Amino acid sequence: MNIAEAIRTEAAASRFQISRQAYTDPAVYQLEMDRIFSHCWLYVGHSTEIEKPGDFKTRTLADRSVIFLKDRNGSIRCFLNVCPHRGAQVCRLSEGNARSFSCIYHGWIFENTGKSLSIAEPETYPPNFGEGGRNDLVPVPRFEEYRGFWFVNFDRKAQSLRDYLGDACDYIDVIVDQAATEMHIVGKAQEYSARANWKLLAENSTDILHVEALHPTYLDLVATNSGGAMKRGKMLGKCVDLGNGHSVIERQATYGRPIAQWISLWGDDAKAEIDAIYDRLVKMYGEERAIRMARYSRNLLIFPNLVINDIMSITVRSFQPKAADYMEVNVWALAPKEEIGTPALERRLSNFLEFLGPGGFATPDDIEALESCQRAALSAREAPWNDLSKGFDPKSADKVGDTKDELPQRAFWRGWQARLLSTGA
Amino acid sequence: MRELKDWSRSDIEDWLYSEAALLDEWRLPEWRQLFTEDARYLVPNMAGDPYAPPESTLYLISDDGHHLTERVKRLGKKTAHAEYPHSTTHRTISNVRFLGIGDGELKVSCNFTINRTSSQSGVIDTYFGRQEYKFVQADEKLLAREKRSILSIGALRPHGKLSIIL
Repeated sequence: MNIAEAIRTEAAASRFQISRQAYTDPAVYQLEMDRIFSHCWLYVGHSTEIEKPGDFKTRTLADRSVIFLKDRNGSIRCFLNVCPHRGAQVCRLSEGNARSFSCIYHGWIFENTGKSLSIAEPETYPPNFGEGGRNDLVPVPRFEEYRGFWFVNFDRKAQSLRDYLGDACDYIDVIVDQAATEMHIVGKAQEYSARANWKLLAENSTDILHVEALHPTYLDLVATNSGGAMKRGKMLGKCVDLGNGHSVIERQATYGRPIAQWISLWGDDAKAEIDAIYDRLVKMYGEERAIRMARYSRNLLIFPNLVINDIMSITVRSFQPKAADYMEVNVWALAPKEEIGTPALERRLSNFLEFLGPGGFATPDDIEALESCQRAALSAREAPWNDLSKGFDPKSADKVGDTKDELPQRAFWRGWQARLLSTGA
Repeated sequence: MRELKDWSRSDIEDWLYSEAALLDEWRLPEWRQLFTEDARYLVPNMAGDPYAPPESTLYLISDDGHHLTERVKRLGKKTAHAEYPHSTTHRTISNVRFLGIGDGELKVSCNFTINRTSSQSGVIDTYFGRQEYKFVQADEKLLAREKRSILSIGALRPHGKLSIIL
């Protein structure tokens, strides 16, 4: 398909539309892997997942297997999981703790710093064979961190992570600063998938317009939990195009938040605790920012495939396209360390599971909707356009909108199109 | 008066087969009656320790009695979109083992295979693993106080979701 024609706007009717072929065309998928996933910053993991020297996780980013680790000296590193010799994966475990990695194929061994420790029959090679680190593990081209979140970029010439995140940093700060100590990943990732194009999940993650239609069973549960106190309907807040394809919705939370909005289900003791947390935030950050941190929710999309949703709980979600019509999804729970061993963590995890994850009261219905969209997109020839016009005013810059506008989706698609049309690889 | 020690393996098998039938037939409110009011229904995350406390680690499902009741209510609604129209499931239970009696509970494990297909996707997803039950005696009946469904599949791929009760 022609990428330049993938987005269609009609000023007279305030329409903004997307070609459905963009979800189904294998050539588009290939182009995305080349021009988006090989040039954008991709989330690989959180520093608290590898706290001890030797801790490692293997992850797949844009089809590359990588090893995300803390080396024996305490440095966090990321290597391509491929033996420099004959190319087998040097690490075949999804996680663990290791001082070194040895390849099963010919026995080459590497320190967890990446440095070659030994190769097969070294005496048969010239003495200078390993000079310049040519027998070492290959580090990912770029590897940078923002507030505990580590990202990889396969483009050596990419702009810095900080510049890439741009205005999204403030929203990450508002989330991370909620912790009195530091944020950490609780337990392991939930690993699931969807038989749908990855862009459908990107659109879905910063879309609250769908909540009342798609998730009434979750809203019923929330009403039960809060004694009917939480109201549906219009919420204060906004959505913002953060540039580079990133976007956020920030709005008043309509459910209990461990930091810091109490609901009756949690009991009177919790109320005092949550009030104290709120007071701490006011002292540290002032009332205006404290209200944002405690009583507002955020759905944050970092282009192309990272979502940090600070809603009834905090979820970090990344998704890896595997084909035009299939993606793998990894989801983590993020929580302040001071909650370990307290009822606050229990509330946070309960809130998480009520909505989120493959067994929640809401996410399964999201997946059902995305898969439904994917099947229907096969009718693209006769019914070619998806509509993302809500809140679209062709005369405005389209940078800030109401919470239920489709502005985040438009920001995503503009970022998508700019990347695909750029040949400056 | 019947006690926990009076239940035979074939009694337990009957209980498990009945439970499976109620789930396969989408008779969920009746299924809920097989559990105590305060029952836990747990599906640990496959990546972690299946016995790690759900209060401090991320599960896939960690229902207390209230949430289990709400889950049953949800699945009875047409707006539980992932399961409406209801999927078709077949549960196979085998390898039933007594793990012992203690703390007023009879502990049992069994293997399960669940095939699920839906009119929406047209594909078949297979869930398999081990169930662990803690039963209590309630008058003449046996009620489950805890059901821990330990999936043996590495990830929900390509299943994508866990919208049925295991």
